[in-house]
Amino acid sequence: MSVIERQPILQLHGISKHFGAVQALSEIDFEVYAGEVVALVGDNGAGKSTLVKTIAGINIPDSGEIMFESRPVVMHGPRDATRIGIATVYQDLALCDNLDVVGNLFLGREQTEPPLPALNEEHMEKRAIEVLSTLAVKLPSVRTAIASLSGGQRQSTAVARSVMWDAKVVLLDEPTAALGVAQTKQVLELIRRLRDQGLGIVVISHNLADVFEVCDRIVVLRLGRRVSDFRVKDASREQVVAAITGADIGRVPEDDPDAGPGAGASA
Amino acid sequence: MSSAVESADPEPSFGLRTWLRSLGSRVAQGDVGSLPVIGGIVLIWAVFWYLNPNFLTPRNLTNLVLQIAGVGTISIGIVLVLLLGEIDLSVGAVSGLCAAVMAVLNVKRGVPAPLAITGGVLAGTAVGLIQGAWSARFRIPTFVVTLAGLLAWQGALLLVLGETGTINLYDPTIDALTDTFFPASVGWTVAAAVIVIYAASGLWRRQRRARAGLSLASPVEFGASVVLIAALTLVAVFVLNSDRGVPLVLLILLGLIVLFDQLLRRTRFGRYVFAVGGNAEAARRAGVNVDAIRIAVFALCSTLAACGGILAASRLLAVNQSSGGNDLLLNSIAGPVIGGTSLFGGRGSVWTALTGALVISSINNGMDLLAVSSPIKFLTIGGVLLAAVTIDALARRVRQTAGRA
Ligand SMILES: Nc1ncnc2c1ncn2[C@@H]1O[C@H](COP(=O)(O)OP(=O)(O)OP(=O)(O)O)[C@@H](O)[C@H]1O
Ligand SMILES: [Mg+2]
Repeated sequence: MSVIERQPILQLHGISKHFGAVQALSEIDFEVYAGEVVALVGDNGAGKSTLVKTIAGINIPDSGEIMFESRPVVMHGPRDATRIGIATVYQDLALCDNLDVVGNLFLGREQTEPPLPALNEEHMEKRAIEVLSTLAVKLPSVRTAIASLSGGQRQSTAVARSVMWDAKVVLLDEPTAALGVAQTKQVLELIRRLRDQGLGIVVISHNLADVFEVCDRIVVLRLGRRVSDFRVKDASREQVVAAITGADIGRVPEDDPDAGPGAGASA
Repeated sequence: MSSAVESADPEPSFGLRTWLRSLGSRVAQGDVGSLPVIGGIVLIWAVFWYLNPNFLTPRNLTNLVLQIAGVGTISIGIVLVLLLGEIDLSVGAVSGLCAAVMAVLNVKRGVPAPLAITGGVLAGTAVGLIQGAWSARFRIPTFVVTLAGLLAWQGALLLVLGETGTINLYDPTIDALTDTFFPASVGWTVAAAVIVIYAASGLWRRQRRARAGLSLASPVEFGASVVLIAALTLVAVFVLNSDRGVPLVLLILLGLIVLFDQLLRRTRFGRYVFAVGGNAEAARRAGVNVDAIRIAVFALCSTLAACGGILAASRLLAVNQSSGGNDLLLNSIAGPVIGGTSLFGGRGSVWTALTGALVISSINNGMDLLAVSSPIKFLTIGGVLLAAVTIDALARRVRQTAGRA
């Protein structure tokens, strides 16, 4: 298989991280290719959030190496991650309910008109409309306060905000956890669209139905170790569940060098 | 409005009906804005006018304006603090202290009035910086820090005033702050300027939106707002001109309101104030220096408290031990809340400093005219405050359910 031809956009080698006596991550290898959706699954406490926070620059790993676009990077904080193009959407979304959509999309990056300290609302609103329409996110108006949006619309706004500043990799922590059926569909649709635009996407999810619907690859963590890596089209739900719980039946694809990571990612 | 502006409108929404419908849906989503308080003022004025026609005379309305200047100025700062979801209990004491600083500088030390006034205002800024920084540094709720301030600055007021306990102000400049009334021609000129600036800036914004290809509010809505502002301004100037003329202190109050309204709605700083009040954690993650915003807001709040105290002293022509005391603190906080600024943070407008002060002062003033005893006054204002807070809480609940739909 042609692992040589396509380099992962993001690659982690032997990442370890402990909190006191808890070894949250042990020697994790992980990689994301451009244009693929990778699910990160595992039981509670498996280390999913810790891994995502490491990629997002919030956790500094004890050991291991992070490569971004084939170059090693050292991140000292979330700003470093954002700067190189790794965007993160946390479970709590971190939106300001009282601000409108434009205000949230540009929070912390407001555009002003140089001679004056005044905000350039027209420019920001126009840009917001463009970004949302590229992502086909439907909102009543970009001037609606976040408080009066539905859960799916909020999630979409949070995602749009994180990718609109030239993100190449997006990390989503449980993006559909609190959503109903229709809302979930909206968000999965959005994830597909981001993939089609060539972004690498990492999704933490406990919902295997969603995972099987939208993801190309499933990486299973258990007790801080990477235990399996499935290509969605070759995997069954039982296999994934078994890997999560530790009652492995069948082969662990990781043991097979041919079924290397990302091999099934051709979109 | 030129037709070029209209044609660039991608989604023209003409007509009064569209406007009413959008207003209706905003209210249904719990965005009641300033509707209740405007209705309240109209109702209060109608009732007092019915009970005593003297209430709506030019003389009494001018007095009303003079009464709200001090407390209204203090309330501007309270709006900023409320937007953060915080409270400042020290504004009354700070207003008294800073007025005393000005009085001592001017009367006892012979410092010229403009410098003495500046000194008083800067004393307020210093107090606010101390309180804000203290709260940020030690992670103490501002409620507690400013409660300590309320007690401490009262003590400082007594110290500054010294043994006499009262300082009378003679300086014509300080006196002039609240005792200057402009001749009719100046009043009309100001009115014309207000209307022209309002309409021109509105048109300019529409033009910018049109050029950016953005949707415009219906021309009816815009036209109606210009007519409304024009009518209000002209009526106000007419009424004030029928008495002594437009008071300088009204222009000071309105100038400060417009300044802070622009600061809040059109600058990055203002956006961050709203963001911190709405979700401090989200603001922090977006790179906003939350502590710096808090400290700046508390510094502005105390500065405005100082300005309000100086205006009150100018009106009284004295500073004494009860300056900044009595119900000044309570009214300055109650005003914006009655006006519709949320106690929960993140929602409100500087204009509520004016509308709230108008409600409270109208009730006080009207009941004085009717010789109602002060227990009844307090009960009434308490009831109005409770009603306003209830509307805020209900609107908040409506918003949350509307959001979940
Ligand atoms: N900041 C921290 N301090 C101490 N221990 C931590 C910290 N963050 C994570 N841990 C521990 O590391 C382990 C992995 O946690 P992590 O949050 O990554 O799990 P998870 O897979 O995201 O679980 P969940 O599905 O419940 O979100 C857990 O045992 C957790 O208690
Ligand atoms: Mg987690």
